[in-house]
Amino acid sequence: MSKRIDVNDLNIFYGKFHAVQNVSMTIEPKSVTAFIGPSGCGKSTFLRTLNRMHEVIPGGRVEGEVLMDGRDLYSKEVDPVDVRREVGMVFQRPNPFPTMSIKENVLAGVRLNSRRMSHSAADELAERALRDANLWNEVKDRLDKPGSGLSGGQQQRLCIARAIAVQPEVILMDEPCSALDPISTLAIEDLIEQLKEDYTVVIVTHNMQQAARVSDRTGFFNLEATGRPGRLVEMDDTQKIFNNPAQQSTEDYISGRFG
Amino acid sequence: MAIQTQHTGSDVTPPPRKRGPMEGIELSTVRPAGDRIGYAVLLGALALAATLWLAGGLNVVLAAVVGFLVYLAGVYTAYRVVGGRRVATDHVMRGLVYGAFILAVLPLVSLLWTVVGQGIPRAFHPDFLLQTMNGVTGVQDEATMQEGAPMVGGAYHAVVGTLVITGIATVLSVPIGLFTAIYLVEYSNKNALSHVIRFLVDVMTGIPSIVAGLFAFALWAMVFGIGTKDALAGAVALSVLMIPTVVRSSEEMLRIVPNDLREASLALGVPKWRTVAKVVLPTAASGLASGVTLAIARVIGETAPLLVAVGYARGLNLNPVEGPMNSLAVYAYYMFTRPLNPGFRDPSLERAWAAALLLVLLVVALNLTARLIAKLFAPKTGR
Repeated sequence: MSKRIDVNDLNIFYGKFHAVQNVSMTIEPKSVTAFIGPSGCGKSTFLRTLNRMHEVIPGGRVEGEVLMDGRDLYSKEVDPVDVRREVGMVFQRPNPFPTMSIKENVLAGVRLNSRRMSHSAADELAERALRDANLWNEVKDRLDKPGSGLSGGQQQRLCIARAIAVQPEVILMDEPCSALDPISTLAIEDLIEQLKEDYTVVIVTHNMQQAARVSDRTGFFNLEATGRPGRLVEMDDTQKIFNNPAQQSTEDYISGRFG
Repeated sequence: MAIQTQHTGSDVTPPPRKRGPMEGIELSTVRPAGDRIGYAVLLGALALAATLWLAGGLNVVLAAVVGFLVYLAGVYTAYRVVGGRRVATDHVMRGLVYGAFILAVLPLVSLLWTVVGQGIPRAFHPDFLLQTMNGVTGVQDEATMQEGAPMVGGAYHAVVGTLVITGIATVLSVPIGLFTAIYLVEYSNKNALSHVIRFLVDVMTGIPSIVAGLFAFALWAMVFGIGTKDALAGAVALSVLMIPTVVRSSEEMLRIVPNDLREASLALGVPKWRTVAKVVLPTAASGLASGVTLAIARVIGETAPLLVAVGYARGLNLNPVEGPMNSLAVYAYYMFTRPLNPGFRDPSLERAWAAALLLVLLVVALNLTARLIAKLFAPKTGR
């Protein structure tokens, strides 16, 4: 249940603005890949192109190819809706649906696609997704209460449960811990560690320690100047990036001597 | 009140009273002054106004204005002496604000008072609620006035007509308005068409209601022959007035649905139309419902377009596509302007007031419903 992603010469635009330039990389299955870099360098934008969420923004478009197990996600025959079913996403701010209960939130991806499901199957799926998201024990007694009543960290794990309930191949996480306290962050990091057993995980983070802790490979994005497109400076094993990067700018950024 | 808090703490040495070298900068001192002086001045001003009105023979409005001005002057002088300039200004401003508030509320209270007072004797009489005006003429009214015969004729047909016409108008305008709003917010991406639509909706908001009535009348004249009047024409006229309100309020409600929710849904592989139908609309449901209810309340009292497009019926007509139908506003208008018996106007006027009261109650009921709906549909929070 995980796939490999190859990106070839990807250029990303917002209308006329060239946001990210010439990115090529390989994301290995069943591993955690982290993207680091300064704000505005295009790492979140790049992440969103991996499940075609970029084109939701008016004017957003892409040149180049993103291959998932050899299939181009941007070819004409591919429906973006299908891509998003295979590539789940967790956002920066936890965003459970306010009109739904905890259980309905977990099942949202299935229910909103109007897949018929027996009661027992739904219960089972909800429990498994919540267990996988390390949230089951905290919410099992209040599955029918609204999801917005949970704490920030719990809400974020609820969103992860929601994302894995549709059984995607890949999970994208856009700064999933930036709105959370250290303890919730730890819970999510532990969770990421478990998720990589089954899924391909890609995470964008501003926290370099986090990247060092959770990821197997790390990509460093940078931009030369404001208004210029961001690009992938280097990508390698996390150990190598943090101990012995090939590029000077990577070392400057990691050691805090940036700019 | 708040004056004491402005007083600087006791550890701060008070600035010198006389003007120092800093010419042009007034080191104003604020000394505590109680509210009692204000109440005393208010009582005095009220007494003065009452005297001017009752004993001085002055018109009541004029007396109130004089009293208010005297109050402002009195409060300023008193607090100028006791508390200083800032305290005095504060009290004058306070007086002006309260004055404006009373001025705004007074007509509303007076209106409600009159409608309730004049309408209540007849509005809840079973005869009024269950009878129509069929067969009721000036003769019966004369009998009521002269011989004390029981008053006959009611507004049953008008209540039903109002509900039918506004109901049809709602059924026509809510889908159109809601789908327009959905297009504007979810699908237009701010293209040229959406600017045109928004501009036209703004223009439509300002259409005088009589123009909407004439439009429906002309449309019906074209399609069904000149002079065709029925409830459907009235409903169309009301829709013309209602659609822009529904579009505007729905658009605002959809716009405040956080984008995060749309993205969350799309990222789960939910198609866009399902995202709109199952995530955006339920989240905005409470606002949408109360917006629609308020739009209904807005048009339910329209008179002119219904007069033109629907006409006036004496009896009950339940068929919206055949013949005139009555409605409460038109009923009140007719009873007031064309009493059944010009020699004995009182019964007709009483009916008009009763119909007005029923209309006001309908609007109040709609507003309460809107609040109830907003509460019922509001996204749940809490543990």
